[in-house]
Amino acid sequence: MFRKLAISAVAALALTSGAAHAAGGAGEVTNYDFSFEGPFGTFDQDQLQRGLQVYTEICSGCHGLQYVPLRTLSDEGGIGWTEEEVLAYIDQNFIEVYDEDLQDWRLAIPNDNFPVNDGVGAPDLSLMAKARTGFSGPYGLAINPLINGIGGPEYIASLLTHYTGEEVEQYGSFLYVNETMEGGLISMAPPLWDDAVEYADGTPATVDQMAQDVAAFLMWTAEPHMMARKQMGFLAVIVLGIFSVLLYLTNKRLWAPVKARAKGQQPAE
Amino acid sequence: MGGIPHDHYEPNSRGEKWLHRRLPIVGLMYDTLMIPTPKNLNWMWIWGIVLVFCLVMQIATGVLLVMHYTPHVDMAFASVEHIMRNVNGGWAIRYIHQNGASLFFIAVYLHIFRGLYYGSYKAPREVTWIIGMLIYVLMMGTAFMGYVLPWGQMSFWGATVITGLFGAIPFIGEGIQTWLLGGPAVDNATLNRFLSLHYLLPFLILGLVIVHVWAFHTTGNNNPTGVEVRRTSKAEAEKDTLPFWPYFVIKDLFALVVILVAFFAVVGFMPNFLGHPDNYIEANPLATPAHIVPEWYFLPFYAILRAFDQEVWVVIAANFLTGGIVDAKFFGVVAMFGAIVVMALAPWLDTSSVRSGRYRPMFKMWFWVFIVNFFVLMWVGARPAEGIYPYIALIGSTYWFAYFLVILPLLGVIEKPLPQPSTIEEDFNDHYGGDHGTPGSGSAAKAPTPAE
Amino acid sequence: MSHAEDPSGERRDFLYYATAGTGVVVAGAAAWPLVNSMNPSADTRAASQLRVDVSGVAEGTQLTVLFLGKPIFIRRRTADEIEAARAVALSELPDQSARNANDESADAEDINRTLSTPDGENSGEWLVMQGVCTHLGCVPIGEGAGDFGGWFCPCHGSHYDTAGRIRRGPAPENLPIPAAEFIDDSTILLG
Repeated sequence: MFRKLAISAVAALALTSGAAHAAGGAGEVTNYDFSFEGPFGTFDQDQLQRGLQVYTEICSGCHGLQYVPLRTLSDEGGIGWTEEEVLAYIDQNFIEVYDEDLQDWRLAIPNDNFPVNDGVGAPDLSLMAKARTGFSGPYGLAINPLINGIGGPEYIASLLTHYTGEEVEQYGSFLYVNETMEGGLISMAPPLWDDAVEYADGTPATVDQMAQDVAAFLMWTAEPHMMARKQMGFLAVIVLGIFSVLLYLTNKRLWAPVKARAKGQQPAE
Repeated sequence: MGGIPHDHYEPNSRGEKWLHRRLPIVGLMYDTLMIPTPKNLNWMWIWGIVLVFCLVMQIATGVLLVMHYTPHVDMAFASVEHIMRNVNGGWAIRYIHQNGASLFFIAVYLHIFRGLYYGSYKAPREVTWIIGMLIYVLMMGTAFMGYVLPWGQMSFWGATVITGLFGAIPFIGEGIQTWLLGGPAVDNATLNRFLSLHYLLPFLILGLVIVHVWAFHTTGNNNPTGVEVRRTSKAEAEKDTLPFWPYFVIKDLFALVVILVAFFAVVGFMPNFLGHPDNYIEANPLATPAHIVPEWYFLPFYAILRAFDQEVWVVIAANFLTGGIVDAKFFGVVAMFGAIVVMALAPWLDTSSVRSGRYRPMFKMWFWVFIVNFFVLMWVGARPAEGIYPYIALIGSTYWFAYFLVILPLLGVIEKPLPQPSTIEEDFNDHYGGDHGTPGSGSAAKAPTPAE
Repeated sequence: MSHAEDPSGERRDFLYYATAGTGVVVAGAAAWPLVNSMNPSADTRAASQLRVDVSGVAEGTQLTVLFLGKPIFIRRRTADEIEAARAVALSELPDQSARNANDESADAEDINRTLSTPDGENSGEWLVMQGVCTHLGCVPIGEGAGDFGGWFCPCHGSHYDTAGRIRRGPAPENLPIPAAEFIDDSTILLG
């Protein structure tokens, strides 16, 4: 009887808890297939590099990545550059940070974070892929996020591709109609257009492609250790699974004589 | 320790005797570990060990996290990101700590439900139950303050809303709220004291856990039949019990490891499923999130808090009778804390002489409604307070109070219980083979077995 | 009960040992990440190397940078300073070791304390050392201070020469030279 309770509790928990995701509910979100989804999914290094290019050439004009250390661009499992490539990236894009000691701007070193950029009030993108949800419900039951994931990168990619092209004026500022944005209006002008960047690997730079690339890149900035995390989860499940089987057998053997006595039989074996 | 007769530790060597005369700690550990435990305990009796494990895990990971955390409104959020990105394995420790809180609450709710179903709260175990409730309240306080530390949007606004509850207390509320926050609003002073208390309370919980265990080791464990272990002689007691080590240690460990498989699957593959995305946005006192939702384990009580608005007749009546002192806001706060208080009073509200729900046909039904109701409240607590949801919350809250204040007292009078087994041994033998352990077969328990 | 009467004994023992062994392994595997989290974090480790641009350091001037929490003196010595340092006989030095992290066994000859330029030539022009007095850890004053034209520690009066070697005073050792190398014409990599 109580086993039923345990099962129903876990199930109900899974359903109810994710109800929290009802908040920040989005409009239309396309369920893109990202390479990093699922227990064995990994980041696509080429895609991350393309996404970084989109971020650098377009997004970074208004958005910062203030929690992401530049040196992590050379981490394994992510962008995967060499240290020289990181230095070259800093040099070529003239990435500067404000130095408290010098009380002045200076060229960044790899151990610095990407610069803060709040000049026009655009939100920092470091954690955006974890701060948004693409999927919720139905009825606060969190079944969608359980099946499809929480959907942060899907939300980002959808937002970038779901401009209708209309503009409205409100209180003297222009807002853009976007089907993904909650409320339908966003102050960011459509940032992408076809061939807005030129990919070095020859991938056609369609809006859809760039949106997915930058969404994948932002998933990496939000969760750089995702690969290690899944590996740990996998290892822990396997090892603890084996341990539980051993404990099950030990427990069974330990109790066998006690239970045999309860049967009123001579202990078997 | 009193209670069930059993073997005690006898120091043998000179060294053991030397220590035993000065500090009988080995004896204490022996008696605790070898405590006679009813042999018919089922799989709902594993949660205690899971809870102890959770407490140790949370303290261990927490002590490490605080080494890298900075309790300052300008740096707290960034320091958590430092943990997630730069500290060796910091992401794992943080995710384990974060999801560990959820595991802790899953275990504590199942532990409480176990107690409610099998009447573990009834005499002579009232003190165990009350201490357990104290632990539970401290757990909620600890979890709430811990949630504030990452200094995300939900941290900040959750803290604002929950401390606002204290502001609802008539006359002295505002003073209390300011005192709790250390200022007019949630700010650096709040963050620092929350870290201090978040670090302190678990050790208080640890102390209470020791008292909790001490209490039920004095009375002996309850068991699924609710029938007491026979205590007239050691031989009889041994027919009803087995020593905790190794029988129950191994059993509980097995259950714990199975639970940890699921736990690490969550940590590894969906660590943010139980969290709220808004907490990945740094706290901003100028922008409130669209929906403020507490962590899942608070949701049933959050639902009760919100259920009593100014249109509910008891609220109107209370308001009228107190000349407006008790308004809807304060009523909600009282209801929320009252929900825990009535649960703590269960030992005195339940009038039935039968301990275990297994032999109480009517109780069983009401109990399961209570469980379903708990999850309904949890669900409705996460829904916006509009449309049909407040009504569901009100019905659910009413049932919560009715269960403890009306149903439990009445059932004891009107219910006709089923026959109970006379001994634990009988129940155990029934379950594992139909041989009703003939009376006087005391020697059977001592018969040599291949396992010895 | 002997094992002879209990054919399952060995199997049972094996199972118990396997379970206990796995338990120990699991506990150890769980403990290691917890211990390792107290080791230096990635940002601290990354800070153990520093690239210093020395293109602006003219002859006879000194650049001080903070590296691993300690000041590093990077001095481009004049011909006079080089000559003065090289003229000192090894026997006059209280500390006979170069104290050079790039060459642990070298003696305190001036040539063993200076840094080779990118082309591999050691002209004696570049002196890179940790600016921490070997007596009690004060930061010595530079720019030709002290009786030997090098550095002088104001705390307890230790005099260092133009190669940063201790000449007089309570300090026991020459100023230590950190791991350093030129990675191009104008950049020194510390660490």
